[in-house]
Amino acid sequence: MELFIQQVISGLATGSIYASLAVALVLIYRSTDIVNFAQGEMAMFSAYVAWALIGAGVPFWPALLITLVGSFIGGLLVERVVIRPVEGRPELTIVIVTIGLFIFFNALAGWLWTYQVRGFPSPFPQRTLELGPVRAGLPALGIVAVVGIVVGLLFLLFQRTKLGLTMRAAAENPESSRLVGIRVGWMLALGWGLAATVGAVSGVLVAPILFLSPNMMGAVLIFAFAAATLGGFDSPVGAVVGGLIVGVSENLAGTYVDVIGADLKIVIPMAIIVGVLLVKPAGLFGSPAVERV
Amino acid sequence: MTWRERLRDPTTQRWLRIAVFVAMLGIALWAPFYFTPFRVFQFTRVLIFAIAVLGLGLLTGFNGQISLGHGAFFAIGAYTAAALMEKAGWPFLLVVPVALLITFALGYGVGIPALRLHGLYLALVTLALAVVTPPILKRFSGITGGAMGLNIDIPQAPAWTGLAEDQFLYLLALVAAIAAFALARNLVDSRTGRAMIAIREDELAAETMGVDLARVKTLAFAWSAMYAGLAGVLFTWTIGFVSPESFTITLSISILAALVVGGLGSIWGALLGAAFLVYLPSVADDLNQAAPGIAFGALLIIAMYVFPGGIAGLARRLWGRLLAPPRAPAPATAGASTEEGGEP
Repeated sequence: MELFIQQVISGLATGSIYASLAVALVLIYRSTDIVNFAQGEMAMFSAYVAWALIGAGVPFWPALLITLVGSFIGGLLVERVVIRPVEGRPELTIVIVTIGLFIFFNALAGWLWTYQVRGFPSPFPQRTLELGPVRAGLPALGIVAVVGIVVGLLFLLFQRTKLGLTMRAAAENPESSRLVGIRVGWMLALGWGLAATVGAVSGVLVAPILFLSPNMMGAVLIFAFAAATLGGFDSPVGAVVGGLIVGVSENLAGTYVDVIGADLKIVIPMAIIVGVLLVKPAGLFGSPAVERV
Repeated sequence: MTWRERLRDPTTQRWLRIAVFVAMLGIALWAPFYFTPFRVFQFTRVLIFAIAVLGLGLLTGFNGQISLGHGAFFAIGAYTAAALMEKAGWPFLLVVPVALLITFALGYGVGIPALRLHGLYLALVTLALAVVTPPILKRFSGITGGAMGLNIDIPQAPAWTGLAEDQFLYLLALVAAIAAFALARNLVDSRTGRAMIAIREDELAAETMGVDLARVKTLAFAWSAMYAGLAGVLFTWTIGFVSPESFTITLSISILAALVVGGLGSIWGALLGAAFLVYLPSVADDLNQAAPGIAFGALLIIAMYVFPGGIAGLARRLWGRLLAPPRAPAPATAGASTEEGGEP
């Protein structure tokens, strides 16, 4: 039983990381109908920026803040420069462009910081809390808390501010929004900026666990895809719930199902993606796709 | 008759095409006896990748279905060959039909759920397929040799031919590639091929015209997987070694990148794309290990803006402009070649 609770807690921690990357995917999908295959690589790049700053002597939290601001600007620029010219083009074109970004960021990180695997400092003390029979590592709790704060802030932004309302309007109905004077293009770019920021959080959180390397986010991206698919690609709440479910089920299956063990965990998101798409393509919280003929 | 008119004449064009084909074939047959083994090995790699890229081209370029996971089929072809040759001691030629059959069946199997998945979702599922391939290969180490991989004896030419190893492998790849290209060309020109293109352009319209969507789309997937499987078999023959690390997501993405750069919806584009895939790293590696990646990433994005038809599309456009009557503005679609396709 203790092992079970232990596994659930560490599952919630990894699940929070998946959730944050999934939220990034959803932010972009909601506003531009694009699944950004480069999201994980952008997050990895942000983690490298944080690492470089820390290496240059900046303390962890200010370094994180600078990284987040930088990622926001970076995401904004990517939308303006790379994505905007292909907006509204066929899906195949857009998938290829984001795959191009994927290759580009991966190689750029390799160029700037080599392919060597590096350690990344954890911002949380390596202690365990004991609450009765249950022991929980502080890093795990810290991850859950950070992601909780980020998601909470996003919720406030979208539900309680005028800017959030404007962004939702631009995503919901671009033409009408344009008619009431909303600068839709900039709102979409803002969405990409926010997504890059949330993604950066996931990158910085996962780096101490997986160690920093240009290929760090490959598997994480698949887990985040599973989370977003499970929750519904257009639902931020779904992405969070999906992320937690994916994280916990990954850990439990790795512990209790012998066939899967530690090295076949990656099969779980695959099974979730295929299963959800075949049974309930809209996911748990998403709205079903409707096509006008 | 001006030279332009003469070149526009269908009979001339037909002869021209035959002449180009014969010349290319001649060069292809002469090359292994002239260049160093290292160069010949590179040509062999180009041919192998061309087959895989062509397979993906049938699926993505001509049928409009995205696959980010063709490396998985490539891996299955490679491992089928390696396991049969190494564990069961089969002669190398006998593994080809088995590998083709297995990858065809698997492609068909993946094609069925793919019927319900559109665009982005298909990309997602196939990406996941590519990512799970190496861990699965490692897991079933009884057959695959696990993380250590499998070593096989590289096929040797029969003594009477007097061919060196590199020449023999090259000629094997050449025969396979010619068969693959001829088959693809005929497939694209066939009834099924036209149905594939119709589906790419507009699924609903194609269905209304009586195209059996399920049959054509699953078949396209199966053919395409089989091509990747054939490339995998050739890979095993030439490298003599398979390990899970050879078939990561990078392979799948490279195949797609080569397809896009070479030309979506073009048969010959596959060869150009494969050449890029093999030669870009050998040129750019001198600069930095990451340079090929940066170049490919940037090229992919630029291709989508500037030349969505890839190099092949660009060449076709230039050829069309060359043949257009002087002064009259060249219509955008004036392709001199009769090849199907165009902008994806």
